[in-house]
Amino acid sequence: MPLFGVNSLSVHYGAIEAVRGIDFEVGEGEIVALLGANGAGKSSTLNALAGLVPVAGGSVRFDGVDITNLKPEALTPLGLALSPEGRRVFGTLTVAENLRMGAYSISGRHVLEQAWERVYDLFPLLYERRSQYAGTLSGGQQQMLAVGRALMSNPRLLFLDEPSLGLAPRIVDQVFELIVKLREQGVTLVVVEQNVDRALEIADRAYLLALGQIRAAGSASDLAKSGAVTAAYLGEA
Amino acid sequence: MELILQQTVNAISLGGTYALLALGLAVVFSIMGMINFAHGELMTISGYVLMYCGILGVPFTIAVPLAVLAAMAAAVLMERIAFRPVRNASGATMLVTSFAVAMILQVLFQNLISPRSQPVLLPEYLSQSISVGGIFIGVNKLVAIVATLVMLFVLDRFMTRQKIGIAMRAAAEDFAVARLMGIRANTVIAGAFAISGMLAGVAAVLWVSQRASVDPLMGFVPVVKAFIAAILGGLGSLRGAVAGGFLLGFIEIYLAAFLPSGMQAFREPIGLSLVILVLLVRPNGLIPAATIRAQKV
Ligand SMILES: Nc1ncnc2c1ncn2[C@@H]1O[C@H](COP(=O)(O)OP(=O)(O)O)[C@@H](O)[C@H]1O
Ligand SMILES: [Mg+2]
Repeated sequence: MPLFGVNSLSVHYGAIEAVRGIDFEVGEGEIVALLGANGAGKSSTLNALAGLVPVAGGSVRFDGVDITNLKPEALTPLGLALSPEGRRVFGTLTVAENLRMGAYSISGRHVLEQAWERVYDLFPLLYERRSQYAGTLSGGQQQMLAVGRALMSNPRLLFLDEPSLGLAPRIVDQVFELIVKLREQGVTLVVVEQNVDRALEIADRAYLLALGQIRAAGSASDLAKSGAVTAAYLGEA
Repeated sequence: MELILQQTVNAISLGGTYALLALGLAVVFSIMGMINFAHGELMTISGYVLMYCGILGVPFTIAVPLAVLAAMAAAVLMERIAFRPVRNASGATMLVTSFAVAMILQVLFQNLISPRSQPVLLPEYLSQSISVGGIFIGVNKLVAIVATLVMLFVLDRFMTRQKIGIAMRAAAEDFAVARLMGIRANTVIAGAFAISGMLAGVAAVLWVSQRASVDPLMGFVPVVKAFIAAILGGLGSLRGAVAGGFLLGFIEIYLAAFLPSGMQAFREPIGLSLVILVLLVRPNGLIPAATIRAQKV
């Protein structure tokens, strides 16, 4: 059985049907890319899965447990974390306080120490800046903090929503290296990216969304070869 | 010179009480987006606890913590019973709810206790004065200043050192993402009300210490002042609330002391005009809040 399974998920905002009954699954240790043009429903999907917006229909299973209608605060302790679109770090908190909040659901001094060590190992810069307010960091640094904060809860499954958006090319490289590194550390990842070629390079499989529905699915290499992705981004129906 | 020093002490004392009250409003507002107008009734509850303790002969050193605890408990109950059901409603709904809570409590005080002002027995030393460097300072004023400073220090420590305090700051900035971290909404909201109740309780003790009486409408004036102070400082900003409280205290005391007697009748409108002047220059208050109200989920 896959680690994570989504069954005909729908997300509505009032009359807007942002996601219309999509199915997908994620196996343990996979990197799955979620692709699609602006407004396709990628963020709505991740936000609904993380409990940030309500699920209008369908069901979600994580590690054999139905988590469809759980509150967001109940999901982190189960091992699910989201680094949301636009980073959304707490600007009035210091870097260390942001990370501490990421580990809010963790108990046990030893586990907590390991979480600190791991994140500061991955991002030495966050350690240097630990007493600085997050609002004063650059965009790339805030992105590291957003990912670091999500990692502080030791997630088994991590959702990254547009982690490379608005970053300088050199930093974008680092983000993709990081994703591969995290998988090596045993984290399963679902990544939303507008940087399609790079995403397909590192992903095992990908789903292509258009107008709230899955337009194409398959191994990353197959999708890279087919014209479906380009077509979807050009907005062809 | 002496007069200025004297009045400055008064201003810090009154401003400190406003600061505590404004801080109580701001802590709740920063997290829930609601101005709790029943905050004043929390003060009144503390006032009545002091009164009954006086009647029953409970020592003041025990009466004070009891009064503060009563306000904390009342604040947490208020949230549980009245505000939780309207938590996701509009700001206007929550505001009206808090007015309703305030009025219900006032009617209860009037009918269960007394519609009239009741004396509160206070220890002798509170009404005495001590001489510091040639000026006489009321002990109650000194106590108010020290209590305010201690409260501000303790609260600052709590909000920066304690996990739940940091979580409250995080929730104030971005509630949805705070929940994503596993921070429970009920925990931070109940925490905010407990803190606001504690601040109202301490402010009530200081308020009653200056007046030695309590009445059913006691909380009304201070909560309006605290509201003005919170807006002056920047609604939802904790440091702003403190700054606004002190500034309002200074404006009121200095006007009362130094305005020509012919103009004393216009003291309140002049004071409010000064407040508006500050807001014209700084529309978001002295120290604006950093809240991201991108979405309410
Ligand atoms: N909070 C919201 N309220 C109303 N409509 C929204 C909201 N968030 C997203 N939408 C709409 O839902 C659709 C999908 O958006 P989104 O999930 O953000 O797409 P993507 O992440 O793929 O760009 C869009 O039409 C968008 O306008
Ligand atoms: Mg998006």
